[in-house]
Amino acid sequence: MTDHTTTTGGVAGRVRTVEHLDRGPLGRDELAAAVARDIPRGSFVNLGIGQPTTVADHLPADAGVVLHTENGMLGMGPAARGDDVDPDLINAGKVPVTELPGASYFHHADSFAMMRGGHLDVCVLGAFQVSERGDLANWHTGAPGAIPAVGGAMDLAGGAKSVFVMMTLFAKDGTPKLVPECTYPLTGLACVRRLYTDQAVFHIGPDGVTVLETYGTTVRHLAARMDVTLHTLGGPRPYGGS
Amino acid sequence: MTAVVVSDPDEAVAGVEDGSTVLVGGFGMAGMPVRLIEALIRQGATDLTVVSNNAGNGDTGLAALLAAGRVRRVVCSFPRQSDSWVFDGLYRAGKIELEVVPQGTLAERMRAAGAGIGAFYCPTGVGTPLAEGKERRTIDGRDYVLEYPIKGDVALVAAHIADRMGNLVYRKTARNFGPVMAAAAKLTIAQVSHVVDTGTLDPETVVTPCIYVDRILDLSVTEAAP
Repeated sequence: MTDHTTTTGGVAGRVRTVEHLDRGPLGRDELAAAVARDIPRGSFVNLGIGQPTTVADHLPADAGVVLHTENGMLGMGPAARGDDVDPDLINAGKVPVTELPGASYFHHADSFAMMRGGHLDVCVLGAFQVSERGDLANWHTGAPGAIPAVGGAMDLAGGAKSVFVMMTLFAKDGTPKLVPECTYPLTGLACVRRLYTDQAVFHIGPDGVTVLETYGTTVRHLAARMDVTLHTLGGPRPYGGS
Repeated sequence: MTAVVVSDPDEAVAGVEDGSTVLVGGFGMAGMPVRLIEALIRQGATDLTVVSNNAGNGDTGLAALLAAGRVRRVVCSFPRQSDSWVFDGLYRAGKIELEVVPQGTLAERMRAAGAGIGAFYCPTGVGTPLAEGKERRTIDGRDYVLEYPIKGDVALVAAHIADRMGNLVYRKTARNFGPVMAAAAKLTIAQVSHVVDTGTLDPETVVTPCIYVDRILDLSVTEAAP
């Protein structure tokens, strides 16, 4: 399996930070496609509920990526339609799905052992916040009266060799969601490796946050809007922070 | 003792006592033992602790058991769903206790119960609110919290086919919690689509061996009855 860790000379095949200034931010579909492009061929992958599910639509059929769903299946196919709908064959979002050749079924303890045991290559999750150390908050707003529900979020956060997060970089009120410290209740510590957002793609490692690409904005501009030190590839000077 | 096959749902759940811990299979409606839950409502056992992934969908099955006021406490990973209005109402009214457990930890705690494990160190949830108050230990540089087994007095599960001894085969993702729950309870009751003669199932395909199963409800007979 390809290792996703930082290697000398670049991150995820990139040697320089690229600022795409000839375009605006990524749309939802483009964001899903950006995640899909970085999933190595032949990976075992779990796509979280909601937006991460759409990454599957952008994985080429010949990429050999095998999808895991934590309710007990490897080799999950696309959503089922019409006569293919089977109430016994659903994904973690409880949506009817299909099985692909080579699929297998297993019980819940095995499914999460597979995850916890570090056998999955990549999982893709949504988030409320990610910290500059890679802490993840995605299960609970912490709002008074909110009913807590964690599902498999904590298992997934700690359960893949690489955890990718996809989210908007800023909340509706303009507050950054990549933060020095999460203020929402945590899902996992130092678990996020890669952060895909509408405005930029980041790598998070022991040395902090590295911007890989920006979309319709510059690293300098993003740094001015966030309280996080942003490193660049091929450019030694970090931006921002305090 | 090998399993007893019955066609009457009420007979299948006879003897469940007040205050029992009941493990209820299913992930959403896949693998949900609806006919057994309906029978448990009629049976009347109350003050129950229910362990299940969700806390009921819509108004049937587990949601109906909750609505009937029989459940004191729910242990689950994901109670809040678009159609969990029964649980939501009881929780907000302070009429039901909730223990939220990460899904894999929920499964492993039951697996541990069935396997005779006293407790285990688990990395899931370290540093989060769900690990507060739990014993913590660092092993080989990784942090873990101590998790205890969840034992059931009763397990209600749904499988696809049983033989007359109680060997179970499941179907697709409806397998989910069935095998771990079947092993984790003192009394395991399975509803199945149909029962075949012993010796008909390929032994290589049996997922839950009959040693874990006490009673089988044969829905092919139940539903054919007038």
